[in-house]
Amino acid sequence: MADVKKIATRDSYGNALAALGAEHENLVVLDADLAGATKTGVFKKAFPERHFDCGIAEANMICVAAGMATTGLVPFASSFAMFAAGRAFEQVRNSIGYPHLNVKIGATHGGISVGEDGASHQCCEDFALMRSIPGMVVMSPADDVEAKAMVKAAYEYVGPVYMRFGRAAVPVVHGEDFTFQIGKGEILRDGSDVAIIANGLMVYEAIVAAEELAAKGINAMVINMATIKPLDEELVLAAAKKCGKVITCEEHSVIGGLGEAVCSLLSEKLPTKVARIGVNDEFGHSGPAGALLKAFGLSAEHIVETAVELCK
Amino acid sequence: MTPSEKKQLQITACKVRMGIIDATHGAKAGHPGGSLSAADMFTYLYFKELNIDPKNPKWENRDRFVLSKGHTAPGLYSALANRGFFPVEDLVTLRHIDSYLQGHPNMNTVPGVDMSTGSLGQGISCAAGMALGLKHQNNPARVYTLLGDGEIQEGQVWEACMLAAHYKLDNFCVIVDNNGLQIDGNVADVMSPYPIVDKLEAFGFKVCAIDGHDFDQIEAAMNTARETKGQPTAIVMKTVKGKDVSFMENNAGWHGKAPNDAEHEQAIGELKAILAELEGK
Repeated sequence: MADVKKIATRDSYGNALAALGAEHENLVVLDADLAGATKTGVFKKAFPERHFDCGIAEANMICVAAGMATTGLVPFASSFAMFAAGRAFEQVRNSIGYPHLNVKIGATHGGISVGEDGASHQCCEDFALMRSIPGMVVMSPADDVEAKAMVKAAYEYVGPVYMRFGRAAVPVVHGEDFTFQIGKGEILRDGSDVAIIANGLMVYEAIVAAEELAAKGINAMVINMATIKPLDEELVLAAAKKCGKVITCEEHSVIGGLGEAVCSLLSEKLPTKVARIGVNDEFGHSGPAGALLKAFGLSAEHIVETAVELCK
Repeated sequence: MTPSEKKQLQITACKVRMGIIDATHGAKAGHPGGSLSAADMFTYLYFKELNIDPKNPKWENRDRFVLSKGHTAPGLYSALANRGFFPVEDLVTLRHIDSYLQGHPNMNTVPGVDMSTGSLGQGISCAAGMALGLKHQNNPARVYTLLGDGEIQEGQVWEACMLAAHYKLDNFCVIVDNNGLQIDGNVADVMSPYPIVDKLEAFGFKVCAIDGHDFDQIEAAMNTARETKGQPTAIVMKTVKGKDVSFMENNAGWHGKAPNDAEHEQAIGELKAILAELEGK
């Protein structure tokens, strides 16, 4: 798989905004002095009059987006996940979530694959924070194709949406004929021994792991669960029922993200043995993205080990 | 403004104050002090300044008002009810478990409320976003927001001010209710926001410093705000917290406390006397 095309989903975000902006006059983009990094600069270049830099003031930006939404515009407010979901949590909760306004939050640089910048910028808590807000849609795409489709779906959906994109280039796993639906998971590979439910860059790792597991005689199902909230409960239950064992994989703390959402559902409706792969309640640190992901167990190798252990 | 017009505004403001007292008494909670200090401004906005239609509260070309100091919802609700957005009789259901009149403004339940607020510092940013959005779409509507003098201790307020000046939001008017008191005491003692006028000027605002209980001064400042081009306007109004209810005036204790039955009776009696005097002349 060495020749797989790799694109960072933050690039997909910027490109998708520029493409959608050409179709929709009411789409506006806000950024907080990170247009180069979040890639909203691509949109800015195409539509400078619809790109509003708010300076390094994320809390204000989130509320400005809320106000703009009340005038009929569809604002995409962009920053790093740490600041959009973390610093501005209460603004998202009170000024977007509570009034249920039509604001889309495009948060890039999620997870530890931020790399060299280190723990201060490696947000592994955004799913947990955003999931806790009533009415908020929370999503994280696996690749370029899904990211672009997700941005379009977010524009078309009326209500608050949080999307997390990555800094590092990740393999493209979807074909161009892929269709995306908010709240629907996707079976990428069928199997019957263990269900691997992943999102973000862990989807590719799960696919690789499933191939290695097949060689070991373990038939793994791989599910891409790009929407963390609302969770595709039907699919999770069906997968758990069929496989009897579940592994969740996410570039996020094991607290409050996909793993916990899956565990909550299964413990109530279909008690199933689950292993959660994620960041184990610790901070990240500096280093190249690839090496960090390996160090934190966010790898195909670790999924294989976990699956083998679970299937003993 | 003509003397009779001014008299009418004073009469309406007195009724708005009665609504505040009735609402907080009915709720057995709420914030009368800062509602009363801003009652004249609420009245001027809803009965003179804002281009609005109570029959069509979501009219897209309406002027907007965001109560950034959301805890003074009783003042906003009373002005809206008196203006005809919903029945004045409903004010006493404030904060009740089955009431649409939430403790802090909810844009999705209360007709005429343009933004859900309550967490201090956020309303001004939302209002700036509205002004930016309207300006971007060439909508001539204007946006007004009211902040407490304690509220401007929130750093986000100044982020919003920076943005409003940067984007030359001349359709945007920030009003600061300088009643001098916050929950813990004098704003100057808790965490001084002074000098407020100088700060706002430094942030790029055209600033009018007025007496917030003088309708002539309010009108002059509002006219200045409408005529000012290329920059936002701020109106810093000196007010009396608890205005026109003797035992509430200039008393921080009445920031977030409801009048009991006896206090309610006394307050309404005082306001009725003011009303009788206004209507008698």
